[in-house]
Amino acid sequence: MTGAAIQVRDLHYTYPDGTCALRGVSFDVARGRSVALIGGNGAGKSTLLLHLAGCLFPQRGEVRIGDTVITRQTSEQARRAVGMVFQDPDDQLFMPTVEEDVAFGPANAGYAPDEIERRVVQALDCVGMTYVRKRPPYRLSAGEKRAAAIATALALEPEILVMDEPSSHLDPRARRRLIRWLTSFRHTRIIATHDLDLALDVCGETLLINAGRIVAQGPTADILSDAKQMADNGLERPYRLGG
Amino acid sequence: MDDLGRLDTPLHRLDARVKVLATLAFIAVVVSRDRYAVSALVPLALYPIALIAVGRLPVRALARKALAAAPFAILVGAFNPWFDRRPMAVIGPWTLSAGWISFISILLRFGLTVTAALALVAGTGMHRLCAALTQLGMPRAFVTQLLLLYRYLFVIAEQAGRTHRAARLRAGGRAPRLRAFGSMIAMLLLRSLDRADRVYRAMRARGFDGRIRSPRPLRLRPCDVGFLGGCLAFFAAARIWNLAEMAGRLIVDGAP
Amino acid sequence: MHMADALISPAVGGTMWAVSGGLIAWCAARVRRTARENLVPLMGVLGAFVFAAQMLNFSIPGTGSSGHLGGGLILTLLVGPYAAFLVMASILTVQALFFADGGLLALGCNIFNLGFFPAFIAYPLIYRPLAGGQRSGARAAVAAIVAAVAGLLMGAFGVVVETRASGISELPFGRFVTLMLPIHAAIGVVEGLATAAVVGLVARARPETIAADASAAPVPGRTLAALAVAAALLGGIGSWFASTHPDGLEWAIGRASGAEELAAPAGGIHKRLAALQEKTAVLPDYGFAGAAESETDPEGAETAAAWPAVSAGTSVAGLVGAALTLAVALAIGLLLRAGANRRTATPA
Repeated sequence: MTGAAIQVRDLHYTYPDGTCALRGVSFDVARGRSVALIGGNGAGKSTLLLHLAGCLFPQRGEVRIGDTVITRQTSEQARRAVGMVFQDPDDQLFMPTVEEDVAFGPANAGYAPDEIERRVVQALDCVGMTYVRKRPPYRLSAGEKRAAAIATALALEPEILVMDEPSSHLDPRARRRLIRWLTSFRHTRIIATHDLDLALDVCGETLLINAGRIVAQGPTADILSDAKQMADNGLERPYRLGG
Repeated sequence: MDDLGRLDTPLHRLDARVKVLATLAFIAVVVSRDRYAVSALVPLALYPIALIAVGRLPVRALARKALAAAPFAILVGAFNPWFDRRPMAVIGPWTLSAGWISFISILLRFGLTVTAALALVAGTGMHRLCAALTQLGMPRAFVTQLLLLYRYLFVIAEQAGRTHRAARLRAGGRAPRLRAFGSMIAMLLLRSLDRADRVYRAMRARGFDGRIRSPRPLRLRPCDVGFLGGCLAFFAAARIWNLAEMAGRLIVDGAP
Repeated sequence: MHMADALISPAVGGTMWAVSGGLIAWCAARVRRTARENLVPLMGVLGAFVFAAQMLNFSIPGTGSSGHLGGGLILTLLVGPYAAFLVMASILTVQALFFADGGLLALGCNIFNLGFFPAFIAYPLIYRPLAGGQRSGARAAVAAIVAAVAGLLMGAFGVVVETRASGISELPFGRFVTLMLPIHAAIGVVEGLATAAVVGLVARARPETIAADASAAPVPGRTLAALAVAAALLGGIGSWFASTHPDGLEWAIGRASGAEELAAPAGGIHKRLAALQEKTAVLPDYGFAGAAESETDPEGAETAAAWPAVSAGTSVAGLVGAALTLAVALAIGLLLRAGANRRTATPA
C-alpha cells in the first residue's frame, strides 16, 4: 500500500429508513497511525466505521483503502485489508468455539489448514487468549469475549484495524490490558470510543464528529482539552484534562 | 447439558458418529419389540446404564430431565389398562391384564429411549454431535442452522428472561397480559432481527460468501469400531432372544 | 404435542423420518437458491428467538391459565415457508436433543406434525387468502387465529394417526381424536391471538420484514398441487396402517353403525400387509408383531389361556430373569464408573 492508508472524500450516506448519517465526511489517515473517532450518540461514528470496513457503500463520495476505492466489486479486497471489531462481541463470535471463530476468516479466504492453524495460534497469542481456544463463546467473560473478537479480526492479518467502542463493558483490569495491546499493535488503527482516557492513551490523532460532519481534526490532546468545542458537540473534557 | 458435553471421560472421547449410530440402533431395537414386551426390554438397560457410568453423568439431573418430558407419553399410555382388559398373565395370586402389561412396556420404553438419548447428548456435546451429523449425511446448511440457533439461544433467552422479569415485576408478579406480552415479544423479535443483521455484517467482514465449509473428519479408532460392534451385537442378541427370560429360566428350572 | 419414542414403532418412525428428511433436503436446496443474502444468520437467530419466545407465557384473563407462542406462522411470514420449515425443524431437533422434549426416533414425526402443516398448509392456504395482504388489524388477527387452529388441528391429527399406526398405545382412534382435537383447537386460538399481536406490532415498526408477499417466497401452484397429493397419499397410507388396528376404528364405526363385525376383513388386510413386509423387509416385521397377536383374537376372553404362550415375557421366569439382568447391568455400571473415574482428566 502506498501513500495514505485511508482516504475519505465527501462521504454521504442515508439509511433506508431516512436517517441521514453522514453529510460529507473527508479525512486522511497515514499508515501506522492511531486515530480516535469521538462524538455523541447518533453522530455517525458507527456508520463511518462500517464504510471503512466495506460493509456499507457510499451514496456520494468515495472511500479509498490504500490504492483501492471501495465499491461492491472491490469490497472483498477491502475487507481483507481491514479488520473490523464490532461493538457487541456476541455478534462477532458466532461459531461454536473460539478457535473456530478465529479460523472463520482465514478459512473463508481459502488458506491451507496449516496456515489457518498458524494464524489462529498467532492471533490468540497476541491477545493472550490461547487458553480459551476450545471454549464456546457464551462461557467467556466480557473481557475475554472482547479479546476473542479482536483475535477474529487479527487472524486475517489486516493492515488496518477498525474498532467500535472496544472498552465498553470491560472491568478496569481488562480495560488496562486492552489499552496495552492497542498501543503495541503496529496496524493503522481507527477507534470509535466514548472512553476519552483510552483515546488519550492510545491515539495520537482525533476526529470529532457531530451530526454526520467532521467538526475538528488534530492531535488528541488538543482536541480533548478544548472544553467549549467538546461541550458544543455533546461531549465533555476527560477528567485528567480538567473536565 | 452443554457443560456435561465438555467433560473429558472415556465416553466423551469416543467418536461421536459411533455414539450416534449406536444410540439410534438402540432406540430402534427398543421400539421394535411388540407392545407386550416387558422382561425382554430390561436387559437393554445395560446400554444407558453403561453410558451414564462411563461418562460420569449425573443420574439425578438426567432423571429430572427425563421426568420433565414424561407427561404426554405416560398420559397416553395410561389409557392402555383402561381399554385393554383382557387377562394376560398369571403370577401367583394376581392376574395382570394385557393393558397393564402394555402400559408397563410403555414406561420401560420411555425410560430406556429417553435416558439413552440424554446420555448421548450429555456424553458428546453439541459441537461434536453436529460434526458427527454432518459426516453422517445431514445437509450442511441444516447443521449450521442448529449451531447458530444453539449459539444465540442463550443470548436471546437471557434477553427474554430479563424483559419477562421486568414485565412481571410491573404486573404484580403474575404473567403479563396479551397486550404487554405482544409488545415484549415484538421488541425481542425486532432486536433479534437487528442482531441477525449485525451477525451477517460480521460474517461478511470475514469473507463469508454463502458457502459453509465442513470440518475435517476424524479417523475412526479401533476402540470406536469395537464399541459400535459390541453394541450392535448386544442389541441383536437382546432382540432375537429374551435374555431376561433365559437367565430366569436358568435359575427357576435349572436349564435355559 | 411432541411425540415420545415410547409410543412409536420403527415402521412409523422410520417412514416419518424419511418424509421429514426429504422435506429438509428439499427446503435446504430451495433456500440455497434464495436471493436473500443474510438468510443464514437470520434463520439461526430467528430459531433462537422462537425457542426463547416459546418459553415465555402470558396470562389468559378469566381462565387462570397461560398461553404460549407457537412460532410457525411468524417464521413463515418472516422468511417464507421453506426457510421457516428448516427453522422449525432445527428448533424441534434442539428440543429433542437437549430437553428430551420428543424422542429421537419420533423426531421425524414431530418435525412433520409441527413444521409441515403451519408452513405449507396453514400459511399459504389459510392465512394468506384470509389476511389478503393485511398484517395488522382485525382481518389479520382472524386469519392468524384460523391458521393457527388449523395448523394445530392438523398436527394433532398427525399425532393420532402416527400413534395408532404404531400399535403401542391401546387408545382407540375415535377416543384419541376427541381427546386431542378440542384441546389443540383451544391452544390454537390462544396462539393465533399471540401471533396476531406480535405480527401487527412488528409490521408497523419494520414493515419491510413482513412485507405483504414480497419477502415470503410464494409457493408456486404446481408445488402446492404436489404437496396436496403427497398429503393425501400420506393420509391414505396412514389410514391403511390404522386400519390394521380396527379395534379403534371398530369402536368408532361400531358406534356409528351399530355393527361390530370387522375382524375377518381386518385380518385379511393385515395378513397381506405382514406378508408384504416380510418380502420387502427393509425394516423386518417389527411394527406388526404386536398387531399380529392382537388381530388373531379380537374377542380375547375365551382364549386367556393362549396368551402366556405368546412371548410376552411376563412368566415367572421372565420376571426373575428381568430382576437378575437389571442387577447385573447395574453392577457392570458401577464397575465402569469406577474405571472411568480413574481414567478421567479434569475438565478444561
